[in-house]
Formats: sequence, structure tokens, C-alpha cells
Amino acid sequence: MDYNLMREFADSWGLLAMAVFFVGCIAFALRPGGKTHGDHAAKIPLKDD
Amino acid sequence: MKYGTEIVLLSLFAFAAFVAAGFGVDGPFRQHMWVLFFAVAGFTAILLRNSDFKAAAPIDPDAYMDGPIRYGAIATVFWGVVGMLVGVIIALQLAFPDLNIPPWFNFGRLRPLHTSGVVFAFGGNALICTSLYVVQRTCRARLFGGSFAWFVFWGYQLFIVMAATGYLLGITESREYAEPEWYVDIWLTIVWVAYLLLFLGTILKRKEPHIYVANWFYLSFIVTIAMLHVVNNLSMPASFLGSKSYSAFSGVQDALTQWWYGHNAVGFFLTAGFLGMMYYFVPKQVNRPVYSYRLSIIHFWALIFLYIWAGPHHLHYTALPDWAQTLGMVFSIMLWMPSWGGMINGLMTLSGAWDKIRTDPIVRMMVAAIAFYGMSTFEGPMMSIKTVNSLSHYTDWTIGHVHSGALGWVGLITFGAIYYMVPKLWNRERLYSLRLVTWHFWLATLGIVVYAAVMWVSGIMQGLMWREYDEQGFLVYSFAETVAAMHPYYVMRAAGGAMYLAGMLVMAWNVTMTIRGYQRKEQPLPGSVPALQPAE
Repeated sequence: MDYNLMREFADSWGLLAMAVFFVGCIAFALRPGGKTHGDHAAKIPLKDD
Repeated sequence: MKYGTEIVLLSLFAFAAFVAAGFGVDGPFRQHMWVLFFAVAGFTAILLRNSDFKAAAPIDPDAYMDGPIRYGAIATVFWGVVGMLVGVIIALQLAFPDLNIPPWFNFGRLRPLHTSGVVFAFGGNALICTSLYVVQRTCRARLFGGSFAWFVFWGYQLFIVMAATGYLLGITESREYAEPEWYVDIWLTIVWVAYLLLFLGTILKRKEPHIYVANWFYLSFIVTIAMLHVVNNLSMPASFLGSKSYSAFSGVQDALTQWWYGHNAVGFFLTAGFLGMMYYFVPKQVNRPVYSYRLSIIHFWALIFLYIWAGPHHLHYTALPDWAQTLGMVFSIMLWMPSWGGMINGLMTLSGAWDKIRTDPIVRMMVAAIAFYGMSTFEGPMMSIKTVNSLSHYTDWTIGHVHSGALGWVGLITFGAIYYMVPKLWNRERLYSLRLVTWHFWLATLGIVVYAAVMWVSGIMQGLMWREYDEQGFLVYSFAETVAAMHPYYVMRAAGGAMYLAGMLVMAWNVTMTIRGYQRKEQPLPGSVPALQPAE
């Protein structure tokens, strides 16, 4: 595995996989129902002491 | 026997250091191994004196483990004083070169002592102790692995002592923010993996189904620092009993590896970790949930995805390929968005409780920290633009930028977290004095303002002097002339740093008295107690 091969992979499939993962994370956060879930999660630190 | 295994292992460790001190192939290595021997042997002696044969008291598996966190809070304050004091000393050395005392206390050896002292000793202890505090309370689980946390705490202190004494002895890898030599790097790797297991293990045994966002930031900091540290320090020792090693990379690859490490040390050590602090301690101190939890998730992923590519902006106009420089610049500019998203999220957590900025000096400190986070994450991308960088690079402007982030963001959010934690950790009703917190706030803030403003003026002057040429194309100023012109600014910078250090000393006093259980008799701060209204 030389530099050019890794570079080509990073420029194509690697880039695509990371972009899809990133967009997926954002879409998951903004999904319907995400707000209610988030509002519950935000209260975790305030529950005790 | 209490500490039985520990005492045996530590004795063997001390013996190994003793042997290495005898057989080391170079002078500094032998001296360094003597330091290691006395540190470990001394620690073993303390354990021996505290050992006994009584049966150990049973441990409540549901109670939080706060012992290492208490030690960590004290270590944070202690190393903060040391690191900032060394900072003021080297600032004075720049202004008055006669203060250099060769060979151990030259600027060249004290400068990494300052940077590592504040970043890794002060900041690192703050991150370790707050992360262990937060992960237990948001997972509702005791720390994983019994006395593992003690190994992480003391192992990290040993790393700090070995790094600091190594610098003074002249042992260095010359990699910025990663100066310790190979054997200290290996020790840090061991400690860091233990820290990762401790943190991850606690998350795995959590009773709270959701992993709170602060833990995501802390975990990304731990994982990324492990990766950065290992790759950046890949090197071959010249001898396994010597203090010199050679990097696995050469030339521009080595330079890029160093700045990939260096910038992500800023991104994941000084930003992601301290954002974890922000997402727990700001909601706790104002007693309100974070403004938008979904924004915090987007903040997290965007920061993680973008930061790792920003390092090449440290190598503008060098042998690094042009496309890599542009890549670094573009990703730095894109970082504006998550940084400001996070800043807005932190600030808006106060919505409906803005009066606390006036009445609660700890909230004021946290808000100022978030404001400095916003300012320095605006300034940084701007400086990464190639045309701006051609003026700012290698000048004091960079130093000013780093300090507005480090003193403003990292320092103030840490002070806020420590002021919040200390009364809780030692079961005190409140801090020794809130008025002293106000003093600390103003000393620190004015110190930063003086420091940053002076460095802007000095840096831009320096950059303009370097590039000024006359009508025949000759440079107008020699390098020594630019140095002479900066003298007054160097003196003022030392004054700004001294103010910040004074604030830190006020904090050390306040924290000490709180731990000892005193409460200062003082007038309550205006507005902190609601004024009584006459009955209608």
C-alpha cells in the first residue's frame, strides 16, 4: 500500500464515508422527536446534587 | 496489607530507576534517572508509613469516588501557580535578558516548562479531575476499576515531574508541546490508556441510559490525545539507556506531523475537553439545562470533523504542498461555525437568568470564559487566512492569540469549575469568600486585556517592520531593530501576566481556606441576596 493508493482512497470512498457519517449525525440530531429526547437529556446534570 | 502490591511494584520501579541512573550512557539521562529514583522512592516511603495490617473498610459501590478528584483540584491550583509564575519569569527574561541564568534557567529551557506547566499540568489536572467528577454524576455510577483512578492521578503527576525536570536538564525532543523524550512519552502513554479505560469503564457501567454530551466531549479529548501523542512521538531511541531519540519522520512530513499534533492539542485538549467542562458546570452553576441539546450534538460532531484538518495553517508559505496549506486554511475558516454555535449555546444557557452575571461572580467568570472562547475562535480562523498569516506568522500576534484563548477561555472556565467543585467536594456550605472571587475575576480579566492588547500592537508592529522595504527594494529594518522596538511591549506584557498570576494566588488562598473550613465574614455581594419588599 503506497502513498498514491492511500491518497486515492482518502479522496474517494474515505471522503464519501466521512461526509455521509457526518450528515447522518446531524440528520439524527434533527430528526422528529429529537427535541423531546434532547430536552430530557439536557436535564441529566440537574437531577442530583 | 494496605498498599502491599503498590509498595512492591513501586520498589521494583525505584530499583529500575536506580540501575538506569548507574548505567545511563549520557549525563543528563543519569541525572534524570536520579530524579525518577528519588521521586518514586520517596513516594514509596510515604506509602510505607501510611500502611497497616488492619482490614480495609468496606467500600460502598454506589458512593461516588471523590478522593482522586480532591487531589486533582489541589494539583490544578498548585500547578496553575507554578506554570503561571514561570510564565511571568520568562516574560521578564524576554524584556530583561540578564535574568537568564545558564544553563538550567535559560529562556530556552524555561519556555517549555511554562507551556507544559500551564497546558498539561494545570489544564491536564483540571481536565482529569473534572472529567472524573462529571462522568460519575452524569452516569450515576462510581468510578470503574477500584484504585485505578489513583494510578491515573499519581502517574500523571510523575509524568509532569519527569517532563519538567527533563526540560531543565536540557533533555528535549524539540517538538512543540511534546518536548519530553521517548521514555517519558512511553510513561504518559501507559497513564493515558489507564485514564481511557477508567473513563470508558465508568461510562459502560452507567445507570443513566443516555450518555450526557459533556462526556462525549471528554471522551473525544481522551481518545484523540492518545492518537496524537502516539503518532507524533514515534521515534527511535539512540540507546535504551540514553536520553536521545530520532523521529520516525523527516523533513516536511515531520513538520506536518508536529502541527497535526500541535493544533489538535489546541483543538482536543484545550477546546473539546474544556467544552465538556462548559456543558456540565455552566448548567449546574446557573441551575438551568443547556440552551439547546441538539445544538450541542451538532457542535460536537462538527468540531470533531473539522478540527483535525486545521493543523497545516501553522505551515503557511513553507515547503508544505500548497494544496495542504489551503486545506488547512479552509477547514480553519469552517471551524467558525461550530465554535460560534457552541459559544451561543453556552451563553444562551443563561437566558432568563442573566442577572446572575451581576450577582454571581462564578457565573461571571464562566460567561467571560465563553466570550473569550468566541473571540479567540474568531481570531484564529482569521489568522489562518494566508494573506493575514503573511503578516501575523512568527510575530507576537500569535502569542497574544494563544493567550487570549488560554488565559481567557481555558483559564477562566477552569477557575469557574474549581470554585463550583471545591465546596461540594469538601462538604462546605460555600466558598471562603465570594468577594475574593470577584477580585480574582477582575485581576484575571484585566490581565488578559493588557496582555492581548499589548501583543496585538507589538506583533503587528513587528510584522510590518519585517516586511518594510525602501524604494530601492532593500529591507528598512534589521532584525535587532525590531527586537529593540518591542522592549516596552515586553515589559507591559509581563505586567499583564503578573496581574493574572496575582489573581491565581488569590484563588489559591480562597481554595485553601475553603478546604480548611473557614468562612470569611464579609458583606454579601450587592444583589446576591434578594432585597426584602414591604408587605402590601
